[in-house]
Amino acid sequence: MSNRIGYIASNTFREAVRDRVLYNLIAFALLLSGVAIFVGQISIDIERLVVVNLGLTAVSLFGVVIAIFIGIGLVSKEIEKRTLYTVLSRPVRRWEFIVGKFLGLAGTLVVNTFFMAIGVFGALLYVARTFSAADAGILVALYFIVLEFLIICALALLFSSFSSPLLSAVFAFSLFVIGSYADDLRGFAALTHGFARWIATGAAYLVPNFSALNVIGAVAHQRPVGGQLILENTLYALFYTAMALSGAVLIFERRNLK
Amino acid sequence: MTAARRTTVAASLVLVLSMVASTVLLRRIDQKRIHPNTDANEDMLFFDSPKMVKRASLGFDSLMACIYWTRTVQYFGTRHHNQATSYNQLAPLLEITTALDPQLVPAYQFGASFLAPAPPNGAGEPERAVRLMQYGIEHNPDNWQLYYNLGFVYYTELHDYRKASEAFARGAEVPNAHPFMKVMAAQMAEHAGEYSTARMLWTATYETNREKDIRDNALEHLRSIKVDEDVSNLQDAVTRFQERTGRLPANMQELAAAEHLPAVPVDPDGNPYVMSPEGRVLVENPESFLFITQGLPPGYKPSGRLRFHSK
Repeated sequence: MSNRIGYIASNTFREAVRDRVLYNLIAFALLLSGVAIFVGQISIDIERLVVVNLGLTAVSLFGVVIAIFIGIGLVSKEIEKRTLYTVLSRPVRRWEFIVGKFLGLAGTLVVNTFFMAIGVFGALLYVARTFSAADAGILVALYFIVLEFLIICALALLFSSFSSPLLSAVFAFSLFVIGSYADDLRGFAALTHGFARWIATGAAYLVPNFSALNVIGAVAHQRPVGGQLILENTLYALFYTAMALSGAVLIFERRNLK
Repeated sequence: MTAARRTTVAASLVLVLSMVASTVLLRRIDQKRIHPNTDANEDMLFFDSPKMVKRASLGFDSLMACIYWTRTVQYFGTRHHNQATSYNQLAPLLEITTALDPQLVPAYQFGASFLAPAPPNGAGEPERAVRLMQYGIEHNPDNWQLYYNLGFVYYTELHDYRKASEAFARGAEVPNAHPFMKVMAAQMAEHAGEYSTARMLWTATYETNREKDIRDNALEHLRSIKVDEDVSNLQDAVTRFQERTGRLPANMQELAAAEHLPAVPVDPDGNPYVMSPEGRVLVENPESFLFITQGLPPGYKPSGRLRFHSK
């Protein structure tokens, strides 16, 4: 079982690399080096802040775009090219296909994030000339960004399992935006009453909470991120990912592929 | 040459030529276009609600704050360079920046020094500078430098020495505050209007800042304080001379001799002070001292162009 998932995952990774997904690293490197060199000349006293903020924001946004646009095609492309039938005619279960695809895309994003992280630390060293112990917080922010990618990959797969690529992209991106305002949603829910409050609160908890995973501002100011938050965010992301993946598996298992 | 090679060469040539031609044409078009009032454009802020900008930032508030802070610096720098007399969008820009990231300390420190001084050196809004600093202290209560900046605005722009003293005293209580905060609080309470107090403040500003512009500005103020103090002392000497002899000194040499000075006193540029026929002590080159209030020729109007003397 694990071998079959591993094969699907490694093929998904190889396909992403063949599709030149990692070329985004060039754009990222250009962006970060440009900022590192020029920010000191156009602003005052925020060189380090800009490098950390922009670096981590770019890691997050580049990754989200990759997760959505590759994730939505993972199933539909296989159906369109009819390669899915070849895969499923072998002793591969449908859920193994979904999990393998998820792990392949997540692996692609982890590798992408690893290289971007090197870029962020390189730019930081360029502007600050040295590292401090507090810079380790950047690793926590990067870890949270990877957790965010896991959720988005799973959501993209979920939508991809029953919808067209275009609609899947719209759904996934909408959920990313809504999830970024999850804290506000809960605030709005608290303002309502009765049944509406139940519905609004339920909706607020159903959408992914990306604001809890965003500690970019805190680490940019070298504020520590608590161990408790790291643990709870990890568990939250894993549960949410498992939830979305289970949904994708359930739908895909029942999907008529004829 | 093969057909493929010919195509490559031709396409490359067309690409380069088209790029050059479009750039040249665009420059010509730019020259012919009727430019809208750039000053009015600079003074326009499409989104002036901090809450709205925060919502639109999609959770990346901290990055957005850096972008707004850079925009603030550019806005101030451009208008300052153009010797503008109004900075209408400076306070809103600073308010948006600090609402997006209340921990962005440079926005308070430099923002107050942009907001407080009278034009053309700043926006001439010391009350808003005070509000900005108070907001900053509320969100960064452990940063003693913000109390220092608040006291500084009270002292230099509002001349409210009691509040300045209070701000320094509060800052002195912050853990790891610089020891001069206590001295400053005491000095402010007892000797607020004296040159020594002003010198101490600007020296502290010079020594505790890394930013070149801020250090140059502090240095310029220190030079001007030296001139103001020299002229004030020399003017007192003229009064004493007149009381003693019943006439004005004929020149600075006579005054220096009467005061037992080894030579005619010189300003920080090394130029000797001069005396007008009416007995007023003047600086030889007032343009060289941007912030002096003493020793200016009657009717003197500064050109307004800031030229800092870097160390």
